Amino acid sequence: MSMFEKNKMKGADFHRREFLKKGAALASVTLASGVTLMALSQGAAASANPNIRWGLLIDANKCPSDCNACISACSNEHGWEDTGLDTDPQWIRKVTLKNKNTGRETSLPLMCQHCEKPPCVDVCPTGASFKRADGIVLVDRHICIGCRYCMMACPFKARSFVHEKIEGQKTSSPRGKGTVEGCNMCVHKLDAGEGTTACTQACETSGNGAMIFGDLNDANSEISLALANYPSVELRDDLRLNLGVRYKNI
Amino acid sequence: MQRIKYSELRSTKKLWSLVVLLAGFVAAAGATVLYIEHHGHIVTGMNNQIVWGVPHIFAIFLIVAASGALNVSSIGSVFGKQAYKPTARVSSLLAMALLMGGLAVLVLDLGRPDRLLIAMTTYNFKSIFAWNVLLYTGFLGIVAIYLYAQMARGVHVFALKTAGLIAFLWRLALTTGTGSIFGWLVARQGYDAAIMAPMFIAMSFSFGLAMFILVMIGTCTMTRRIYSPELRTRQARLLGLFVAVVLYFTVVQHLSNMYVSEHQAFEKFILLNGGIYTAVFWIGHVFLGSIIPLILLFHPKLDTKRHLVIFAAFLVVLGGFAQLYVIIIGGQAFPLEIFPGYEVSSSFSDGVINSYTPSILELVLGFGGVALALLITVLGMKFLRILPVNLSDDNVEPSALQ
Amino acid sequence: MRALFLAFFIIFPLSFIGSLAQENSVNSLFPNVAKAIGNPHPEGSEYWRINHPDLLRHDRDKVVRDGERKIDASIKQCVTCHAVFGDDEKPVKADSEQFFCATCHEFAAVKIDCFSCHTSDPDVNFLEEALAQYNPNSGISDKQIEMMRAYLLKEKK
Repeated sequence: MSMFEKNKMKGADFHRREFLKKGAALASVTLASGVTLMALSQGAAASANPNIRWGLLIDANKCPSDCNACISACSNEHGWEDTGLDTDPQWIRKVTLKNKNTGRETSLPLMCQHCEKPPCVDVCPTGASFKRADGIVLVDRHICIGCRYCMMACPFKARSFVHEKIEGQKTSSPRGKGTVEGCNMCVHKLDAGEGTTACTQACETSGNGAMIFGDLNDANSEISLALANYPSVELRDDLRLNLGVRYKNI
Repeated sequence: MQRIKYSELRSTKKLWSLVVLLAGFVAAAGATVLYIEHHGHIVTGMNNQIVWGVPHIFAIFLIVAASGALNVSSIGSVFGKQAYKPTARVSSLLAMALLMGGLAVLVLDLGRPDRLLIAMTTYNFKSIFAWNVLLYTGFLGIVAIYLYAQMARGVHVFALKTAGLIAFLWRLALTTGTGSIFGWLVARQGYDAAIMAPMFIAMSFSFGLAMFILVMIGTCTMTRRIYSPELRTRQARLLGLFVAVVLYFTVVQHLSNMYVSEHQAFEKFILLNGGIYTAVFWIGHVFLGSIIPLILLFHPKLDTKRHLVIFAAFLVVLGGFAQLYVIIIGGQAFPLEIFPGYEVSSSFSDGVINSYTPSILELVLGFGGVALALLITVLGMKFLRILPVNLSDDNVEPSALQ
Repeated sequence: MRALFLAFFIIFPLSFIGSLAQENSVNSLFPNVAKAIGNPHPEGSEYWRINHPDLLRHDRDKVVRDGERKIDASIKQCVTCHAVFGDDEKPVKADSEQFFCATCHEFAAVKIDCFSCHTSDPDVNFLEEALAQYNPNSGISDKQIEMMRAYLLKEKK
């Protein structure tokens, strides 16, 4: 039916026909995607596997104070840069610690701790800050309204707000002005099956090997064995947040 | 006693000049919002360490004052005090106006204000912020109904009292929610305190009544309507009581915090060596915002000293801003204690006191919110019968003032 | 009389424009939408024109919330097949009028938000695949294909 003939129809008929057509189209879309999903789900499992809990173990002893490999790797992977301004994002940072009583100095990288009970998820008004089934805490930037309440709530100052327009984003790491961001455990790499993060890879390459990344729920993974055999701590364990990131030898 | 007559404000040049002035401030705020939205928050003084700044101080002040401004109506409807009933309409209008001003500033400072619709339709009910969205918008609806009940003819007293009660309870919930925004943050030493919610309730009583008194004196002076010195004094003394209650809560908050070893460093920062935060706390909040107004408002001959009431109310407002500055900015300036017992340094300002210099844009935005609230109030009084014609002492039965 | 008026001045011109939409000739007011590389959508352009907002919104939640990446509507793939190269031999940015999405969205005056966060540059991996699949009779100019191949060579290094 040509547009001319369509428009010749009187109002209600025209709209009814269009509605039916669109309704049919929508129904077929819903069915089609349903069929596709069923087909897919019979194949590989969905990437956010609730049986997995991703975690990171960092050995502060193996972390030299002048090494920034993890920071550079994260910056390159996700396209952010810390130029020293207070408004620059910092998904991961090196922290230098000096024990006030003993004087012992050490350094370690600090990023989002991927709590099991994240305060940032609790306070987000729209639910943009959320915890995935596999334990990764991240921001759904589609519905983030940029209120920065999660930044107030985070005990580790893990989140950054994007203060200006961004151009040249990495394809796998969309980021934009007015939303909040933080370490997402390189979720795009994990979903692609790589099983590791950019920071961990960089630490291995640098030869220091201070970071182990893996599945906390798998008793035989490298990280679980390390946690089982050596003492480790959670930061701010008094808050009882059950973190996914643990530290050794602070 | 004469029946209280209400009438619209007359169309005078003074009135319209005020409207134009207020609209100018609102327009300036609008321009800054467009500028900030286009360039990003980098043009403001807020950053990744101080994430909430001057706009939030203004917004929270206005929202807290809004719920308190409703008090005068509540005292009339819910607690039955005859003397407060004539000013109930002003109180309700002012409550809505202040809330709208505060919300405007809050929403326009969001990183993505274009996503407001998402904020209003997608809720994470574990977040007090999400509840606040509902509480704030609900407040506007409920107070509108309440104002209608006050103004319409033939409304049964029972309906009016019910509306008044619901509005009163709702505003308590709203202010509890606002205080809990800070009270429920475990991460920071300056927050994470159950006392925040009742303290905000006390603050709302104080700031709201101060704003109400200022608006009443202002409009009555401008329109040359009489504002009974007896009534004014009574409300002023009530303000004095509220200021005392806020001071009490402040004392309890800080004493409790000081008792906890863990929080002593933070308390030392605010009370002793925090530089601007210590100055604003003692001079702004305690001295100018609480002690001086208390002395002024309990002056024995306050009914003849209108200027003292104005000055005291103004100081209370100033003190309110000071208190919110210490709470909001001071709470963020103190570094997070991620590694207790360690000296910390990093490229992300760990272990250092964070500094904050507000940009002029944030101040314009904040004042725009205040101007919006006042503009709505003035226009409301112009087009609706809100302001009583004659609140002189002769017009009120002596027994009603007891 | 009224019917005649309506028909002549409103319905006829509208339907005329509408019919032109189907022809998409150079003289029509309907935007000139750039041809794409890669395999055409099996459901057809009309289907995608109508349903892409719902599909994008549904799929984005599947990706972000569930980590379900095996969806053939990833925005990376969209911008790769629908890449338009400018005179400077670089892919045009999302704020340019020549950008694929912009051609219709500017016409319809519907602002899209996607590219404030997502990059509008074609993804190198998908570009190779898409170039291998394109139909030489689809109407896409040789110059565009040349520029894409050059871009691919440059970026793959």
